[in-house]
Amino acid sequence: MHNPQLNAHGELQHLLSLDGLPRDILTAILDTAEPFTEVAEREIKKLPILRGKSIFNLFFENSTRTRTTFEIAAKRLSADVINLNVATSSTNKGETLLDTVDNLCAMQADMFVVRHASSGAPYLIAEHLHTTKRHDIHVINAGDGRHAHPTQGLLDMYTIRHYKQDFTKLVIAIVGDVLHSRVARSQIAALTTLGVPEVRVIGPKTLMPTDLDKLGVRVFHDMREGLRDVDVVMMLRLQNERMNGPLLPSGQEFFKVWGLTPEKLAVARPDAIVMHPGPMNRGVEIDSAVADGSQAVILPQVTFGIAVRMAVMSMLGSN
Amino acid sequence: MKIHIANGRLIDPAHEIDQQRDLFIASGKIVGIGSAPDGFTATRRIDASGKIVCPGLVDLAARLREPGFEYLATLESEMEAAMAGGVTSLAIPPDTDPPLDEPGLVEMLCYRAKKLNRAHVYPVGALTLRLEGKRLSEMAELVDAGCVAFSQANTPIVDTQVLFCALQYAATFGYRVWLQPIAPRFGHEGVAHDGEVATRLGLPGIPTAAETIALFTYIELARLTGAKLHITRLSSAEGLALVRAAKAEGLDITCDVSINHLHLSEMDIGYFNAHCRLNPPLRSLRDRDALQAALANGDIDALCSNHSPIDDDAKQVPFSEAEPGATGIELLLPLALKWGQGHKLSLLETLRRVTINPARIIGSKAGQLSLGARADICIFDAEGETTVTRERLRSQGKNTPFLGLNLPGKVCYTVVEGKVMYAEP
Repeated sequence: MHNPQLNAHGELQHLLSLDGLPRDILTAILDTAEPFTEVAEREIKKLPILRGKSIFNLFFENSTRTRTTFEIAAKRLSADVINLNVATSSTNKGETLLDTVDNLCAMQADMFVVRHASSGAPYLIAEHLHTTKRHDIHVINAGDGRHAHPTQGLLDMYTIRHYKQDFTKLVIAIVGDVLHSRVARSQIAALTTLGVPEVRVIGPKTLMPTDLDKLGVRVFHDMREGLRDVDVVMMLRLQNERMNGPLLPSGQEFFKVWGLTPEKLAVARPDAIVMHPGPMNRGVEIDSAVADGSQAVILPQVTFGIAVRMAVMSMLGSN
Repeated sequence: MKIHIANGRLIDPAHEIDQQRDLFIASGKIVGIGSAPDGFTATRRIDASGKIVCPGLVDLAARLREPGFEYLATLESEMEAAMAGGVTSLAIPPDTDPPLDEPGLVEMLCYRAKKLNRAHVYPVGALTLRLEGKRLSEMAELVDAGCVAFSQANTPIVDTQVLFCALQYAATFGYRVWLQPIAPRFGHEGVAHDGEVATRLGLPGIPTAAETIALFTYIELARLTGAKLHITRLSSAEGLALVRAAKAEGLDITCDVSINHLHLSEMDIGYFNAHCRLNPPLRSLRDRDALQAALANGDIDALCSNHSPIDDDAKQVPFSEAEPGATGIELLLPLALKWGQGHKLSLLETLRRVTINPARIIGSKAGQLSLGARADICIFDAEGETTVTRERLRSQGKNTPFLGLNLPGKVCYTVVEGKVMYAEP
């Protein structure tokens, strides 16, 4: 089956998922991001790489944070950024997803950054561009349903590499609501591709998808067992609407059992880092003492996120 | 018209016949097998040398989309598709709009179909009014109007008490109730088999237990009520095992599988291929293999197309938003042949699953070649090929996971009540 993310030369055509992306491409993106971190420290935070290109932020699901980081990344590469909040516009008037895409193509878009509540929506757009032979337009998945959030996964990899260098010696734990998390799926795909020997996931059975072990991870339900001697703890966000209902009795109980507190973190390696994709629910998945503590690298993640998104955009723009 | 079908290899699973015999048709009926009746003069002679002559196929689930969904398909378009596929008898699920829950609707459907003079239709009436699972439909009236059985299509009854009563009432008359095993409140928000592929793709899952839980209920209620059941669209090895055990126990239960579930698995979803959004979902390779073996050994009685034409707009959306279903009536014969070849079955055994077996489930005399029977015939080239393309599909729906494939077998002629309704172009 052809991989819709790669072009005929095996180069990145779209960034849709980290699952199925070869290790050399993942590494190339991280390497490309490296010099971009310095751009932010310059007096003029701009490079001319995407000058004259039009990037459409196509958000079918509300987001401020992710959309903003993509916007900053695109602007630092001198692209023109057009933000479309489709959640409140044409699709509510009955326009189909692909009609929206066709219209924006007619406006000479060069790149789409897509967020959608349904898993696979960016694939549908990429497939549509392929069948209509618009091979010069690229799609970046900015989060689709429960499926993937590849730039988040990449910035997490960048962060881990920054602090821990070698992926092949690490034990990493992902904690929380894996069932609904596109972030977790992208993290698992990237970590296993990059050669992390042990990826663990920790959480209640209600928040673990079926056959998760087939993705190459070890499943734990107990925090102290799962966190023992890990090098990296990656917390997931728990959505408010999932806290009280058939999946979980309450946010308080979740915090008591799976919330990351200094006591639970103590069983990890002393130099373990703590990550979170944001926005955090303090007192639900993470204790403030950890979130603000010396092991947290949550704010550097945000900074690296811009460099990683610049890297992805510049690579797509040149392929 | 009097037709002489000459030199063909006649295969009639109902009578265990597989040999070269000529067939003679007059006044819409079969009047001679092997030798012409006295004084027979053909007005048309069809040379079937090198071809298979068999009963017209019987499909247990063909949605013709009338009434209510004429924008998706019409009787005209789907009857053309049936003719091109050699299918001459169709059971129609009740999930039209409005559902087939009152005699007038059923009579109208039968009347419209008869006027078109193509495949015979066998409506399956709604078990409950509007398929809502609350009030029973007028089953006896519906049977008078032409219904052959009762079903809830894809809408399971939530209230077990109502299901129990519906089965009791149907059993009063000896009507067979066709039920798709779907637990009404378990995995109902899912869109794909709850397994590795759904986990990887982040698609909400439908556990196999959604099928088995429903089957436990159905089988227990069949025991209690004595109702005759037909389990439609089995999808899992576990579900199959329950039906097998119920049959072994002596309950009057039959079952079918669709062409999609016989050949495909969750792996075919690939990168969110919406053509593989089906109800029930495509399950694992292990399940698919179990279904294939069960159709071969007779645990599964019949193969059906579960024909569901859907327009492009409802499929060119993200996977979980896509409408479930696939067009398939034209692929019933080729996919039966493909399965039969894979299991090294004789053509006779292969054709049994799409002729006499489904006809018996409907309770119809269709699906066989006997003297005096309605002359519904399919003539096909077993060595030929059917290429599945949007352009060649006659169904208004172009939604099938088999697009682009070359499948074995090519229909040459379809004869309905002694009239040639399709001839290979």
